[in-house]
Amino acid sequence: MHWIHASVFFSLLVTGAILYFPSLSIAIGRRQVVKDVHLWSALAWVVALLVVVIVGDRSSLRRSLREVDRFDRDDGRWLIGKRAPQGRFNAGQKVNLILTGVLTVLFTVSGVLLWLGEQDTRFRLDGSIALHDGATLISLFLLVGHLYLAVIHPSTRHALRGITRGEVREDWAEAHHRKWVEAEREARRRV
Amino acid sequence: MKERREGVPIGRAAFLGLAAAGISSLAWGKSAFDAVSSALPSGLPSIAPSNGWRIYSISNPLPTFDPATYRLQVFGLVDKPFELSYADLQDLPQESQISDFHCVTGWSVEDVHWEGVRIRDLLASVQLAPTARALRFNSAELPYDSALTLEQALLPDTMLALKMDGKPLTRPHGSPVRLVIPQMYGYKGVKWLKSIEVSREAFAGYWEREGYDNDAWVGRSNGYTS
Repeated sequence: MHWIHASVFFSLLVTGAILYFPSLSIAIGRRQVVKDVHLWSALAWVVALLVVVIVGDRSSLRRSLREVDRFDRDDGRWLIGKRAPQGRFNAGQKVNLILTGVLTVLFTVSGVLLWLGEQDTRFRLDGSIALHDGATLISLFLLVGHLYLAVIHPSTRHALRGITRGEVREDWAEAHHRKWVEAEREARRRV
Repeated sequence: MKERREGVPIGRAAFLGLAAAGISSLAWGKSAFDAVSSALPSGLPSIAPSNGWRIYSISNPLPTFDPATYRLQVFGLVDKPFELSYADLQDLPQESQISDFHCVTGWSVEDVHWEGVRIRDLLASVQLAPTARALRFNSAELPYDSALTLEQALLPDTMLALKMDGKPLTRPHGSPVRLVIPQMYGYKGVKWLKSIEVSREAFAGYWEREGYDNDAWVGRSNGYTS
């Protein structure tokens, strides 16, 4: 799920940037090709997401969604900068996921309106491009922070292994996601 | 396996609320962006969303302007077809104006300084045939073209611009000369003008053939009614 989203997002971002920035539009040209790649990437993404949901581990997805949905006092404390034990997703990760979900919806709605609006005046709203642009700006902001924490920042970099290899060091998990480690240990004890 | 502390399920509420707020921006987003962009210091708006130029082209590469060989041809329903070099264009009476530019897709650039030639001055040296009703503008970027009625071409703020923001038109903006008609959406403003044909009728140009309106009045065409 993460890597489908990441690769398609990257493709959409690059083609989107070419369509948006004059310096790139001029240098690359081929507007129709770039536009087609942009649109097909978006379509491929929707299809890929459906495939993941249909053939993937739905109960695992549901469990993740449930975790992301819930915010407790520890999350509240964490979000204002205080140390507090976190679950499998820390509060920032939950916020990121929710915002990503929101932005996905907003990109899809505005993108479809822009595309349909080219063919049919009934779909032309001058707010479509504002929404699409605004979503891009917010996404870029989130992306920069996301990449910094995932790749550069020393204490969180290890999480990258989690999303690529599917595992992390237990001591790191204890320090950063204590409630998750404790819950897993308890589950093992019961078994 | 139950989590020890349940917490409050505000995630889905946040998702739905934010998504709804975002979608509502379809109604107010453009005004908001225009307001923010006008408030920003002048250097910034060119990268701020919805208040900087975007360059759309239909074929590759963008035309290049060679001052030695460039000629703007004027033909059709006139008594004497003629052509003008870049220097000839510069010798015609020059006027300047400040106008907003609106693209039909929803972005705008405010307060663009244009300098150039009024159509009436361009055509001052010729007689139009009695059947002449329109002008077709042909771009060097094939097959881009558009047309205006004579009345639209002679509006007080329609012009053939040679300079934008104090400098000669740059290549992405349609050098050496482009049509500017601020009261209509930007697709009517043919860039890299190669020739002008005086005709009986304002035949549909490139984007008009794709379904966009001939009379592309800002705010009251192409499905917009604001």
